[in-house]
Amino acid sequence: MKHIHSIVILLLVTLSACAQQTDSAVKAETPPHLNYTTETVVPDINNPWGMALLPDGSMLITEKSGKLILFKDGIKTSITGLPDVYVRGQGGLLDIALHPNFAVNGWIYFTYASSKGEGDGGHTALSRAKIKNNTLIDLQLLYKASPNTKKGQHWGSRIAFDNDGYIYFSIGERGARDVNPQDINRDGGKIYRLHDNGSIPKDNPFVNVANAKKAIYSYGHRNPQGMFKHPITGTIWVNEHGPKGGDEINIIKKGANYGWPVISYGVNYSGTSFTEITEKEGMEQPLFYWVPSIAPCGMTYVTSNKYPDWKNNILVGSLKFQYLERLILKNDVVVKREKLFENIGRVRNVIEATDGYIYIAVEGKGILKIISKK
Amino acid sequence: MKLIFISCITILALLNANLNKNIYTQTNPLQESIARGSDIYLDFCINCHMANGEGVDATFPPLAKSDYLMQERAKSIKAIKFGIEGKLTVNGKTYNSNMVPLGLSDDEVADVMNYITNSWGNKNNKMITEAEVAKLKK
Repeated sequence: MKHIHSIVILLLVTLSACAQQTDSAVKAETPPHLNYTTETVVPDINNPWGMALLPDGSMLITEKSGKLILFKDGIKTSITGLPDVYVRGQGGLLDIALHPNFAVNGWIYFTYASSKGEGDGGHTALSRAKIKNNTLIDLQLLYKASPNTKKGQHWGSRIAFDNDGYIYFSIGERGARDVNPQDINRDGGKIYRLHDNGSIPKDNPFVNVANAKKAIYSYGHRNPQGMFKHPITGTIWVNEHGPKGGDEINIIKKGANYGWPVISYGVNYSGTSFTEITEKEGMEQPLFYWVPSIAPCGMTYVTSNKYPDWKNNILVGSLKFQYLERLILKNDVVVKREKLFENIGRVRNVIEATDGYIYIAVEGKGILKIISKK
Repeated sequence: MKLIFISCITILALLNANLNKNIYTQTNPLQESIARGSDIYLDFCINCHMANGEGVDATFPPLAKSDYLMQERAKSIKAIKFGIEGKLTVNGKTYNSNMVPLGLSDDEVADVMNYITNSWGNKNNKMITEAEVAKLKK
């Protein structure tokens, strides 16, 4: 009898140590039929991270190891003149984006891991430059998060512009879950908003808070690596990695707290819990959460007439399950999910480019274009 | 009576703390390297290879009881040092993925190797050193 008691107690302790998780409201399905396929347009890139299509049809691609590649007429050229990139863990050369008025001003924006400033290690930086004769010129550092840390995790980082010319970019919490994301005096675990020249907008939410990082637009994030401007509402949408479960999609609101790590639908990698709650007053609920995690990276909204089956859907890369996820929304609620191109590889990024085509960046492969099946 | 009880508990607690301290202050280079490697694992490796080295089915190979890790010492070190891509067979299953270079220094590669080759059922008494990692070229 005593033995049974001990076993029961042991069982209870074991069970309570492993937190219960609720799966995503909608499960991802394999589509019965697909009208599109992929073709490789830029081969042999080990870790393509960001991409931007230029008006002349050439493409700029960031390679995490610190290379900026210009792909033009079938030839890859390395752009020189980059700032020093600190390659460590998940950090390296990250996203790239063109100014909305690029055709006139030529500005290119990019985020990267940088060891600039005091202390060992690095943190995420945003710079802009122009390209002349395959070299970066007029290089300007617009933001450098601090303090540096040797942690390898959670640098963010995606870049997007809204309709008013503001630039948004994300920085992850740099592996300091309990220190950075909830503290607006510290960098990391934030979405930032700047003017296109790097100056702080006067109406940023924390400009009047003493000691706050004035570039912060929203906080309580873990590691946001997908971002787009919604083509209809003009709002900024972001996805972020959870730990084990609890990846999220959020619509970014000025000054809002997205809750990490106070609230989460995820648990520790070991299966134990770090919080008992999934919601709290004053903290935003995600528009959607993934349990289990797909490891979302890159995100785009389909407007192009080249993909009538996918119009107004959202596409997200899955690093973990190696497919492209298609999310169908109804009134900002996810109603259906599909796994596209299963086993294609770790999908690092997805964009709908200005030529109307969707491009995906796949680790170990390169850049693939999505086209209609013949 | 209550006082005696509290004193007993306190003494026991102190004894316990001292015992624990003794275990952890033993100077054993391998144990120290494994402890440092554990921190590196939590930062750089766990999100793909998972908490118990079990990996992700058909995506990220396991490290726990991995024949590749335990038999291909140099190749495993090089995978961590330089990254690895393409087909890889672990415990009879083929994986075709990509691990990018992690940017770890040689001593960190040695530490994390000592950790993963001595965890989750793995056992490796021949310690991996910084010098051994430094010698291996791409």
